[in-house]
Amino acid sequence: MARPKSKSASKKPSPTLSRDQALHFYRQMLKIRLFEEQVNQLYLGAKMPGLAHLYIGQEAVAVGVCEALRRDDYITSTHRGHGHCLAKGASVDKMFAELLGKAPGYCRGKGGSMHIADQDTGNLGANAIVGGSAGIATGAAMSAKMRGSDQVAVCFFGEGALGQGLLYEVMNMASLWKLPVIYVCENNQYNEYTNYRETTAGEVGARAEAFGIHTETIEGQDVQLVHAKSLTLVERARRGEGPAFLHCNTYRFHGHHVGDVDRSYYRAKKEEEEWKSRRDPVKLLAEWLQKSEMADGKLLDQIANEITTHIKQAVDFALNAPYPDPNEVNQHVYA
Amino acid sequence: MSTPSKPSPSFPLPLGEGQGEGTRPAMPVREITFGQAINEALAEEMRRDPRVFVIGEDVAEAGTPFKVLSGLVAEFGAQRVIDSPISEAGISGIGVGAAMTGMRPVVDIMFGDFITLTMDQLVNQAAKIHYMSGGKLKVPMVLRTTLGATRRSAAQHSQSLHAWVSHVPGLKVAVPATPYDAKGLLKSAIRDDNPVVFFEDKLMYQLKGPVPEGEYTIPLGVADVKRVGSDITLVATSSMVHVALAAAGALQASGVSAEVVDVRTTAPLDKETIIESAKKTSRAIIIDEGYERYGVTAEIASIIADGAFYYLDAPVRRMGAMDVPVPFSPVLEDQTVPTPESVAEMAKRMCNKQ
Repeated sequence: MARPKSKSASKKPSPTLSRDQALHFYRQMLKIRLFEEQVNQLYLGAKMPGLAHLYIGQEAVAVGVCEALRRDDYITSTHRGHGHCLAKGASVDKMFAELLGKAPGYCRGKGGSMHIADQDTGNLGANAIVGGSAGIATGAAMSAKMRGSDQVAVCFFGEGALGQGLLYEVMNMASLWKLPVIYVCENNQYNEYTNYRETTAGEVGARAEAFGIHTETIEGQDVQLVHAKSLTLVERARRGEGPAFLHCNTYRFHGHHVGDVDRSYYRAKKEEEEWKSRRDPVKLLAEWLQKSEMADGKLLDQIANEITTHIKQAVDFALNAPYPDPNEVNQHVYA
Repeated sequence: MSTPSKPSPSFPLPLGEGQGEGTRPAMPVREITFGQAINEALAEEMRRDPRVFVIGEDVAEAGTPFKVLSGLVAEFGAQRVIDSPISEAGISGIGVGAAMTGMRPVVDIMFGDFITLTMDQLVNQAAKIHYMSGGKLKVPMVLRTTLGATRRSAAQHSQSLHAWVSHVPGLKVAVPATPYDAKGLLKSAIRDDNPVVFFEDKLMYQLKGPVPEGEYTIPLGVADVKRVGSDITLVATSSMVHVALAAAGALQASGVSAEVVDVRTTAPLDKETIIESAKKTSRAIIIDEGYERYGVTAEIASIIADGAFYYLDAPVRRMGAMDVPVPFSPVLEDQTVPTPESVAEMAKRMCNKQ
């Protein structure tokens, strides 16, 4: 990890971000954290139809990457996609409305948690097929190149998608044709309920390197590091220098989905506690802000209160929003 | 390659009744092959719209193994006629992503059997993206592929799997039977804002037929009565339209007047034309080269049963491909698909002419 260890804790760390930037990153990450905690509450309170896959613990990846993108750059997301949507600029009220199947939701209630798409922020959609969006992101990059738009596409996927052949087919083409696409592998250590080491032969990065793709493996809990690396890779892609593969080590603090509560059969409580206490990306940034004297506890509390209020208003909006008219069931089958 | 058992279509081919809203001004007509018609449709649409591009295996200099795309790379360059690796899922996925972001890709899948490899991209992605996004995102992509047996290509290069994709809401599916229809439907498919799977019978690429010299389109979802008759309706798809027309010719000698309805697209399906014809003739056979069970023939038979029940003088009959993997040996393979003889025989029995 790039951050100072306890020995140098008294020393003021050298800032790589401006105060405004750092506070904005913090707000974005905390927004995702509190959004997801609220999603869990909606599930526990039986107010949300279906399930949701929480992004808590991985916030530094979505925010670090998306803050390196322009609004018109593309992302594709996963079943664990709320963090990506929010980091790319989605609003919490329309997100909650979609999660509850309400008419003002991003997809008029037709997509739900696993299919939120928002073309206004370049979000080509979450995807409930593991690895299913690798083709879409690569195609968006190809389209950007053909149109000469200098847009970049980011494909977020979990390490579980390393088991899908599609990824290798499109990485091959992205490398051959120097497409402006960044494959961001969020290695949260678990393919659903199985440690990735049981399912993944060799080294993760070597798979992308085999296609001649520029590859980096980094600590994914450090938002500044994720952001700095992403900036380099995005600008490289924008200059026409081809695709990249960013392998971020991270951790899913909650279960595979909100209902996955008893996890002892696949991972130890001790391991979870260790990540939560020592490698919580939100906490790490908060500590850095304080050490850098960019924020004090009071300011951080104030930010937390603002976001909490904002989220509460959004949940109320969604709970009170109307369901779609039943007649909409067969609308939008065809364009 | 042995001589195919399907009949050579009678010439001149009917130009089509043109009942739809497609544009078809009066213009000089010449005879070109089905393959040339496809080539012309692509070239015209690529000239018309810079967003259209072709991607697939051996599509550029090779012009595909069927030579259908010959010459396109010379005119449009390798940036728009793109030779891909042998990665059907990958190129379909890239097509979906490109279509969602402002391009109009035409993905070439060499053999219809290989759509098995594209299924997630077609079924879970392309077909559902518009709906799942509440109507915000669109996938204006065409996936061109082939169908048809009796080419001695055995079980993995001979299937007609158009029923699979016709099953999925969100996809449109074209099964043209003539050069004229192929050109007009492909142009419409490329201009359509939805994913369209376009099936071409491999054995029809050399088939000649009249095609106007100028611009025209044929709307998706409009059937065409290829031959007018009064005793029995033969509803057919793709190459089976020619089987039906040949059967109708033979039936005339036996005093049976057969009407041939070419559905042209299985999704959307022009139910009205099919039902109206069945009501008029009171008998119907559905002929399709896909497997018979759970197939296109079953769907259309049920539509006729629903829509024309009180007008029918006989049960609706279905003639699809035999429910076996397509065998290699000609003596085996030729038994697996409907022929003019088997269709005529069935029709005569239904009309009590035997």
